[in-house]
Amino acid sequence: MKDPVIGRWIARLRLVPAWAWYAALIGSVAALPPILGNYWTHVLAYIGIYIMLGIGLNVVVGFAGLLDLGYVAFYAIGAYTYALFASPQFGIHVPFWVMIPACVALASLGGVLLGIPVLRMRGDYLAIVTLGFGEIIRIVLNNLDSVTNGPKGLLRIDPPSIGSFQFTTPTHYYYLILAGCLLSVFIARRLNDSRVGRAWIAMREDEDAASLMGIDVLKYKLMAFAIGASFAGVGGIIFAARQGSIFPDDFSLMVSINVLCLIIIGGMGSIPGVILGAVALIGVPEVLRAVALYRMLAFGALLVIMMVFRPMGFIPSTRRRLELRGQE
Amino acid sequence: MSLVPSPEVIADQVLNGLTIGGIYALIALGYTLVYGILFMINFAHGEIFMFGSFAGFFILHQLVESGFASTNLALSLLAAFLGAMLTSSILGVILERAAYRPLRKAPRLAPLISAIGASIFLQNVMMLLVKARMQIYPDVFPEGIIGVGPVSVSYFQVFIILGSVLMMVGLYLFIKKTRTGKAMRAVAEDKDTAALMGIDVDRIIVTTFVVGSALAAVAGVMVGMYYTQINHMMGFLPGIKAFTAAVLGGIGNVAGAMLGGYVLGLAEALGVLVLPAQYKDVIAFSLLVMILVFRPRGILGEVVSERA
Repeated sequence: MKDPVIGRWIARLRLVPAWAWYAALIGSVAALPPILGNYWTHVLAYIGIYIMLGIGLNVVVGFAGLLDLGYVAFYAIGAYTYALFASPQFGIHVPFWVMIPACVALASLGGVLLGIPVLRMRGDYLAIVTLGFGEIIRIVLNNLDSVTNGPKGLLRIDPPSIGSFQFTTPTHYYYLILAGCLLSVFIARRLNDSRVGRAWIAMREDEDAASLMGIDVLKYKLMAFAIGASFAGVGGIIFAARQGSIFPDDFSLMVSINVLCLIIIGGMGSIPGVILGAVALIGVPEVLRAVALYRMLAFGALLVIMMVFRPMGFIPSTRRRLELRGQE
Repeated sequence: MSLVPSPEVIADQVLNGLTIGGIYALIALGYTLVYGILFMINFAHGEIFMFGSFAGFFILHQLVESGFASTNLALSLLAAFLGAMLTSSILGVILERAAYRPLRKAPRLAPLISAIGASIFLQNVMMLLVKARMQIYPDVFPEGIIGVGPVSVSYFQVFIILGSVLMMVGLYLFIKKTRTGKAMRAVAEDKDTAALMGIDVDRIIVTTFVVGSALAAVAGVMVGMYYTQINHMMGFLPGIKAFTAAVLGGIGNVAGAMLGGYVLGLAEALGVLVLPAQYKDVIAFSLLVMILVFRPRGILGEVVSERA
């Protein structure tokens, strides 16, 4: 800091407590919809869903180091559970808020059921088996016509409501998703700083050493899978409610890969990284609609370049940054 | 659908299974060869297969347009296959150099993610080249059916079955009898010791990519001619299934990949007799999950030491 004026300003800014920064940040994000208009509110809400998915997958991949390529399966479970119990398909109309715990429970159950057979596998096998699982779920949704209506999808899904107030406009959903994101960030941060979070990181760094330290590796892996899946379950139910209709093709492998990539681009294991990654990966292509044709091309190339030149992502987690410095 | 299929139907499905199984085996060999040496899943192998199929398509299409194919069919087919093998091999070498070699010492997930990126990139390159349309493969192969009792086989099925077996025998001899093959086995066994013995490890890895890619290209042309339609997404499903086949037989094991390909092909062909046809793809994935749960080293696989 050569310039004393800037130095004094920075010193003064440091006096502002951290919660005030967060409050200002959240306040300004919350004030966005009236400024941006419906279209961008819609886009931001979409980014928000991906932030929730990213935070959930970050628990599995970033914290616990398990490469899950079938994450979309849990998203689909959440979305389809809500759609089946809150649409004219079977004439059942369970309220949205009751379905949230149900979807969370089902998605984490899905996580555990998938986890039990596959978690003993090594990294790349795990990736392919989870990929297969995601595809099985999609194929079943596509072909189980009597339940899921097959490729025709489930239509006229109930919007959530509080008393007589119904969520209808993009702005309503924007605040619903913002609340979901904040809650997800809060839970993920608490998890990361908890005993469980430390156990995951120990496991990710060296499974044998962690297990020698008395960590029940399988139990913690299952927990990571179940907790990660529950975030996707919530993301799915909000997605279904917001879209109003869902189709099996909404849950293709590309969703899993997108979520994985946003974590990697942002910086694995770091929550600000997930947010930045979601904005970059989902938001920037919206801005670049004109070059949409080349977007996936650039995306694929970017992944390779990223791995070669900056494998830790744009905002690596503090712990990772320290680890990487330590190796130099 | 009757509950008990007639013997003719079963025999027909066995032949279909052998046909598609041979194709799976050819692709699976690429996965297994690379895994055996680098311990990584070449996720973009399906795209190498797709590029091979398209290269064969363009060559054959040109030859049919110019009328050359109607007089010199065998030569045209040979040109298509060789052109496809060359294209895929070059692509495999570029892929290894650009996306995998810089990451050889990186953490395990890095090459896999890089491979996923390469796979997306290559799919989109082809999409931009051919405009996301289905391409109809030129139908040049002579029609005809050989009847063996009540069972009938088309010439083309015979061609695929024999062709894939021939390629595999060739590969087997290459690995077992040539100096390069011997070096490949040595590098797969222990890279550092092989390097100390004077083997150029980088060159052997490149050779492995060339061989695997060329086999995938052959499979690509065969698939194009067998199913008659190709598009830029065609690599994904056969890629995953061939990987399944490689795991089924024991990844890293050459004979295992061949066996796995046929087992998977037969399982799918016979599976449609009991299950609705839409669930065909579920068979492969379920088989993959089951084999990894109950016998993770595959049918023929050796115990691969756990790498941290």
